[in-house]
Amino acid sequence: MNETTLEIPYEIPADAHNPVEPFLRMDRMPHIWCPGCGIGTTVNCFTRALLDSKADLDKVAVVSGIGCTGRVAGYARLDSFHTTHGRAIPFATGLKLSNPELQVVVYSGDGDLFAIGGNHFIHAARRNMDLKVICVNNLTYAMTGGQTAPTTPSKVISATNPYGVFEPSFNLVALAEAAGASYVARWTTYHVKQLARSMEEIFKKKGFCFIEVLSPCPTLYQRRNKMGDGLDTMKFYKEVSKVRHGARTSECELTKSGEIVVGKFVDRERPDYFELLRAQMTESLGDRYAEPEVSCSEC
Amino acid sequence: MHADPKGVLTGVHFLDGDHACCEGTLAAGARFAAGYPITPSTEVVERFAWRIPTVGGLFIQMEDELAASIAIQGAVWGGAKAFTVTSGPGFSLMMEHIGYAAMTETPCVFVNVQRGGPSTGLPTLPAQADMMQARWGSHGDYGIIALCPNSPQECFDLTIQAFNLAEEFRVPVMLMLDECVGHMTEKVVIPEADGINIVPRRFTHKSPEEFRLFEPQADGVPDMVKAGDGYRFHVTGLTHDERGYPNMTVDTQDRMVRRMQTKLAPLAGSRAFFEAEHLEGADVVVVSYGITSRVAQRAIELARQQGVRAGKFRLISAWPFPAAHIAELAARVKAFVVPELNLGQMVNEVERAAAGKAAVIPVTHAGGTVHNPETILKAIVEAAR
Ligand code: SF4
Repeated sequence: MNETTLEIPYEIPADAHNPVEPFLRMDRMPHIWCPGCGIGTTVNCFTRALLDSKADLDKVAVVSGIGCTGRVAGYARLDSFHTTHGRAIPFATGLKLSNPELQVVVYSGDGDLFAIGGNHFIHAARRNMDLKVICVNNLTYAMTGGQTAPTTPSKVISATNPYGVFEPSFNLVALAEAAGASYVARWTTYHVKQLARSMEEIFKKKGFCFIEVLSPCPTLYQRRNKMGDGLDTMKFYKEVSKVRHGARTSECELTKSGEIVVGKFVDRERPDYFELLRAQMTESLGDRYAEPEVSCSEC
Repeated sequence: MHADPKGVLTGVHFLDGDHACCEGTLAAGARFAAGYPITPSTEVVERFAWRIPTVGGLFIQMEDELAASIAIQGAVWGGAKAFTVTSGPGFSLMMEHIGYAAMTETPCVFVNVQRGGPSTGLPTLPAQADMMQARWGSHGDYGIIALCPNSPQECFDLTIQAFNLAEEFRVPVMLMLDECVGHMTEKVVIPEADGINIVPRRFTHKSPEEFRLFEPQADGVPDMVKAGDGYRFHVTGLTHDERGYPNMTVDTQDRMVRRMQTKLAPLAGSRAFFEAEHLEGADVVVVSYGITSRVAQRAIELARQQGVRAGKFRLISAWPFPAAHIAELAARVKAFVVPELNLGQMVNEVERAAAGKAAVIPVTHAGGTVHNPETILKAIVEAAR
């Protein structure tokens, strides 16, 4: 992960240990994540994607909810917002609408985005709000000690299902597609190159984009289920993952130890919220329609 | 600074309180609203949705009140002046984000057109029973401002005031209407834009290298920035230091939480908003607010016709509570009579401020309609004995 042959448009400090340092709040290191946790890997991919896409970093904002992944906002040296549990998406909606030139990235966990925040997710997808949603899915509530999430597969042992999970889980990619997302992909933290490329792709795509990243929580998920440590999980991902671009999302369910279908499943053109708004207002109001100027530096 | 004329509907109008409040938001410079329908408040955003596309702004109907109350804060950090509108059940859902706004010192406005509660209660009928919830409803210690208009004209005027105070103090400001004030129709005079005073957001002049997002200025209030301007700032609901970084130490918690309350102190004292009448030589002072102050006015007049020396103290800002003024009055009057459309909320504050120096008499009402002026009159006359 250290080597990079890419042209770097940013000044890398001479004493930097890693080319991603300019993207991080180094004065906040060390981070809180456990050894073997996958969240840091996703952040590495994220910074690479920013680098490769030559994004204007002053115009990229990260919005997180609550949880281990929710802490990403605190480490990204960007305009960053650590909001309330489940509400990253509606906060991001307001931010994007008030300041449309911002690239607004929602970076949060599965519990945050799909349990307490599930309603917001489907509505933002329905509106095709121009948000880039990255969900680090560790299949559990990690920050609070490994309770069952809506993503936890059947038979898994969790803190709140000590005898095994029996509720069916969400298939996030199918949910995202059904709700209207313009772009849907899934990777694991083993697929660092593909993940970074996918992230770069969504920075360039308009509308509601969703990437699910399966990521180990060795501390609370793998250990409790005798699935080894972070490295064992990488081996597991490598073994069971099948790249199948364009696969039907309804056939991409996750199970405890079965196949993980990864790839880009949806990449479609739908008018985004702003385009729909403008079209409707122009149709109804003609010249009387005033383009929104929501943000103001003087008022 | 003067209002942006684009939003100002100058003229003499016949409007209800909800519509007047909407015109207030536009005159104040709000160009973003997020809401979720709920009686009896929805007219505010219905009018905004109708007006805003020709003014140049946005209304979005969110999926619930949780979403509406945080979407406005995203908009504020993007550089907007923003608000949401609701009533009891929705206000309960918004508590989480009133706390977030207090913690992150996000200037924004919450309009609550109060109806009878608890729970679904009386959807179409008035109450003033969310007054304590406005102050204390979110967990933790924090401070907010709450204003209580008693007419459509004040719905317009105080809405502008609410936005101005939100900017000045970087707090969420509640506009506590009630169903009667929201739905009563009266004359509303909207001045020319250059006759409306607007407090602009106090953006920092410092460079990104020097700037610290939560460093208080002389008035205890930190300067603002907005996303996209190169400050690369961090906002969190966690306890944070002046840089905005999470810092969960006892010292930081104490410093931050205390400042969030003390920055509002001027509004409890010299800058409290209230309306007083006949306080000179008064034996009994009626303390009321919102629609109840209109009923109390009648009771005060009747009492005075009977020779009772009754005075009026109308709370315009319920929070911060003007405790110093009540304490000063308590030393020279016999009693306070406190009618309100609840079973006793602001009366407790009056009692606290009076500190036993004058009697404090609640005139309670569970809501659904307004008091009978005779009931308040009876309380005044008895208190004067
Ligand atoms: S608890 Fe799990 S998800 Fe959280 S930091 Fe540790 S390994 Fe990562």
